[in-house]
Amino acid sequence: MREVHVKEIEQAVSKLCMEANFHLSKDIKESLEKSREEEISPLGENILEDIIENANIASKKEIPICQDTGTAVVFIEIGQDVHIIGGDLEEAIQNGIRKGYSEGFLRKSIVEDPLIRVNTKDNTPGIIHYLIVKGDKIKITLAPKGGGSENMSALKMLKPADGVEGVEKFVLETVDKAGPNACPPLVVGVGIGGNFEMAAFLAKKALIRPIDKSNPKKHIKEMEERLLNKINTLGIGPQGLGGKITALGVNIEVFPTHIASLPVAVNISCHVTRHKTIVL
Amino acid sequence: MEKRISLPLKEDVILDLKAGDKVLLSGTIYTGRDAAHKRMIEALNKGEDLPIDINGQVIYYVGPCPAKENEVIGSCGPTTSGRMDVYTPAILEQGLKGMIGKGERSKSVIESMKKNKAIYFTAIGGAGALLADRVKAAEVVAYNDLGAEAIYKLEVEDFPVIVTIDCEGNNLYDTQKERYKELLNQK
Repeated sequence: MREVHVKEIEQAVSKLCMEANFHLSKDIKESLEKSREEEISPLGENILEDIIENANIASKKEIPICQDTGTAVVFIEIGQDVHIIGGDLEEAIQNGIRKGYSEGFLRKSIVEDPLIRVNTKDNTPGIIHYLIVKGDKIKITLAPKGGGSENMSALKMLKPADGVEGVEKFVLETVDKAGPNACPPLVVGVGIGGNFEMAAFLAKKALIRPIDKSNPKKHIKEMEERLLNKINTLGIGPQGLGGKITALGVNIEVFPTHIASLPVAVNISCHVTRHKTIVL
Repeated sequence: MEKRISLPLKEDVILDLKAGDKVLLSGTIYTGRDAAHKRMIEALNKGEDLPIDINGQVIYYVGPCPAKENEVIGSCGPTTSGRMDVYTPAILEQGLKGMIGKGERSKSVIESMKKNKAIYFTAIGGAGALLADRVKAAEVVAYNDLGAEAIYKLEVEDFPVIVTIDCEGNNLYDTQKERYKELLNQK
């Protein structure tokens, strides 16, 4: 059995925290460049130029693109033929977050109790999704997620009779309500199906797929395109100050569901949608 | 064209600023977000003074990143202003003249802005690296224990903002969204 030491995992997580926050991923950057050409509002175009310049400054100086360096969301796919040695896996991941947020001068945004609200001062705990998969590799994706856009997300249990139309209506309503608060242009992650918690998980998972990759299912790919077009007629525009480019992309993930259910979750993300992956 | 404005804001300048104006601010601003606002309101409710003299000043809704060596401040873009709405009218009553943030404001905030002649500016959300370049000095002046949520005094130079709600209550979010929605649906 292949062995991976927890120290290696800790190092990888720490590095991913910094890299994800300093360097905007290629898919988002290319989409911003393209959007600048498509924007019809002069102010919107200026805003997109500033957003691109901001990403360039951050990358060059190795400072965070956005001051909200987020909740550290970790997706870890562990091959069933890997043996993790040297200590506790959960502790290694949390230590990696602690290290990355400290050494990278990233903001510590987590409070220990949602009601008492005292900052943990090291950005832990991160939120970790463990998945056991085939093979002998470990794949770690780190997706720091800002609070402003997360707050505009929503979940609804639709009726099966609501169908495609109902799903699209709910996505559009959620985006319209998010308006300028969620730092448009947005990336919209949608989870359809499963059950209550699965829909939310799918919506989050959708956000770590690059926006230049469509869902492999034809009818879902078409829904992604249709929703993006509809969102970009809402008029919200860059930063909500009017224009065409309200969203850069819509990513949808689906899962089988109960005969009585049609759960839909919409995870709103901003123009600093971050995700960075490493395979150990 | 951008207007260059020195802080603190003078009354004639405030009256002259209109929703949609692009402005470069230079001078002193104070930071404050959720936790600092909560504490300021608790102080006012107890009849205590605020830790800073807010009269005539500008508050920037931000929780900056820590500064790297040889830097004044870390990335420092605006946070969502709406979370401060419940606290804002009471702060405006203390003489606050300007706010910098992102996102919509409530009706009661806009009414209080009209009454107290104050301006709501927005900066680009998510442009923290670019905005940090315009901050020339930073020091914590209150609530140090709150970390990123402490009140900082910042000296800014040509800090780029947009007048989003002016002191007459004209709201750029409403007018522009409607305008572009109509345009995009004609095509």
